[in-house]
Amino acid sequence: MSEVKNFLYVNRKAPHGTIYALESLEVVLIGAAFEQDVALAFLDDGVFQLVKGWDTSELGVKNFQPAYTALGDYDISKIYVERESLEERGLSEDDLLELTYEDEDDDWAEKSSIRIVSREEMAQIMRDADVILSF
Amino acid sequence: MPANNKKRRGCIVKQQLAGDEPVKLGIVVLEGPYQHEAADTAYNFAVAALEKGHEIFRIFFYHDGVNNATRLMVPPQDDRHIQQRWSELAEKHNLDLVVCVAAAQRRGIMDEEEQKRHGKDANNIAPGFRISGLGQLIEAGIQCDRLVFFGD
Amino acid sequence: MALLHTVNKSPYQCNTLESCLEHVGEGDVVLLIEDGVYAAVKGGKAAEMIARAQGVKICALSADVKARGLADKLVDGVEVVDYGGFVDLVTETDKTQAWL
Repeated sequence: MSEVKNFLYVNRKAPHGTIYALESLEVVLIGAAFEQDVALAFLDDGVFQLVKGWDTSELGVKNFQPAYTALGDYDISKIYVERESLEERGLSEDDLLELTYEDEDDDWAEKSSIRIVSREEMAQIMRDADVILSF
Repeated sequence: MPANNKKRRGCIVKQQLAGDEPVKLGIVVLEGPYQHEAADTAYNFAVAALEKGHEIFRIFFYHDGVNNATRLMVPPQDDRHIQQRWSELAEKHNLDLVVCVAAAQRRGIMDEEEQKRHGKDANNIAPGFRISGLGQLIEAGIQCDRLVFFGD
Repeated sequence: MALLHTVNKSPYQCNTLESCLEHVGEGDVVLLIEDGVYAAVKGGKAAEMIARAQGVKICALSADVKARGLADKLVDGVEVVDYGGFVDLVTETDKTQAWL
């Protein structure tokens, strides 16, 4: 019998200023092949990663925002975003990417992967994880 | 948040450890040598863990952490040699030091195979380190009792 | 269930410690390492943050305290541990969360 663990990827940093957002996403995508129970947490400046409408052409760096949209194709359906972190930064759910997955238990209905949670709920999500990965 | 139990293939193992049992540890180093303290804290932690009789399953180098693996490092003689002490620790304790291939390619850390594959005129990986995929990090997460990250 | 949280940044530089303390649970341990040890300096604003953290044990890594000349400057109630103590905290709690 092989082991399945809850992997929680914690994102606390904004994109572009540093490489952490991009390279942690690469871990998530590779990790998806290992059939563990994966969830992503976005809090503090990490919520900035999900603000839609990136245009990186003038900056001259690769626009990796499509990789977030692809998460659903990798069976990643649990993307927790902290409400207080959004509000403190002047953001709302409307500012965020629409990330979806197809629920195989519901006739492949397309559903939102993003779940806005309170700080308290986020703390519990962290406690429930078996492995917490921070970058 | 209900767990998606239908997708689980196996037992869900909770990490209850008895005291005094050796523990299987995974260590992740996310920053380069000298620039951040992460490499020092990780090394000192690894030494202490081995002294206590624990097992280090893998030390995984990611982001700028891959720069710990260059054999071309020439720090001042009166200071610690970060790459050398990783290599020596690995040899003494048969440790698995893994450098992520994608992060290494971005930052120019090469072994002979990567050098040939990419048509470069040199390689620079230090003894005791090997280049491999991100799957090695995930495997450490699965196999280890504890996974500890050292970064910025 | 007890978590070990590591915080390696000065609270005067960024909000890492504050965010960590907003997510801890009863029985958890927060280990200040690297520049994180500055939070434990007596009389600093961050020391108030630590004092307010109920039900959580705060520790500081001795190597980092000593390297920064802080050995006699720490607020009461912070337990100083060495690397061996750090290892014990990792193995005796259920999992470690690095606040990076």
